[in-house]
Amino acid sequence: MNFSPSLHFKTYLLIFVMVIFGPLGNVLLGRGMKRIGAVGVATPPEALNFLSRILTSGTIWLGIGSLAIFFLANMLVLSWADYSYVQPASSVAYGMSALLAHFLLHEVITPMRWMGVLLICLGVLVVGHTPPRTTGPG
Amino acid sequence: MIIFIFYLLIIGAGTGGELCVSRAMKELGEVKDFRPAALVGVIIRALRVPWMWAGLSLMATAFFSLLAVLSRQNVSLVVPVTALSYGAGALGGKFLLGEQVTSRRWAGVLMVCIGVAVVLMGRGN
Repeated sequence: MNFSPSLHFKTYLLIFVMVIFGPLGNVLLGRGMKRIGAVGVATPPEALNFLSRILTSGTIWLGIGSLAIFFLANMLVLSWADYSYVQPASSVAYGMSALLAHFLLHEVITPMRWMGVLLICLGVLVVGHTPPRTTGPG
Repeated sequence: MIIFIFYLLIIGAGTGGELCVSRAMKELGEVKDFRPAALVGVIIRALRVPWMWAGLSLMATAFFSLLAVLSRQNVSLVVPVTALSYGAGALGGKFLLGEQVTSRRWAGVLMVCIGVAVVLMGRGN
């Protein structure tokens, strides 16, 4: 046995943080980028223009902040848990993203798309019943 | 076509970046102290690991690709499509990090991929 109940608790807690802040970050980025609109990035001036519009958007910065919290939680949990465990387990975030996109951004989500999101979440449940670590510590 | 390239970058560079970060954090060892000062110490030590810098560069590439796609398409389409990185992640975990990906994990990853396909087929706008 190479994992304890406390290791499980820490893992679930940090995955919970990832599930909240990852989708929130994506939705905020989505809102910010929709306001900026489709910008070409083929030439250096276009790319610079794109970058400057991103860096002056408050919504984008809020999104970056949320994703920074997500990234920190992700980094910490990866210090002990397998990548192939953490990545699918955190995919509940996909359901959360769809919910937030629907309620905050008023995006139209077809029943089939909801079904796809549900399948993604079911895949997560299957993965969640595997041990967090399969390699030795350190 | 440009959207396709951006998706490839999100999935490829994003997964590669996370694998590098995972490798860097494994070199650091399990984090047991969660006090803010200790966490700052962890971040500083992590930044001394070359794999972390490789990971951050790849993840930055994926991040800007994500922004470019989000300026053109809805969050409810873009985010599920990026779940295709799960297949790439399981392969990378197995072959690059030596993790044992069990048949049950593979089944879960497969379901996630089927879910993404259904999301794409359900594109109604």
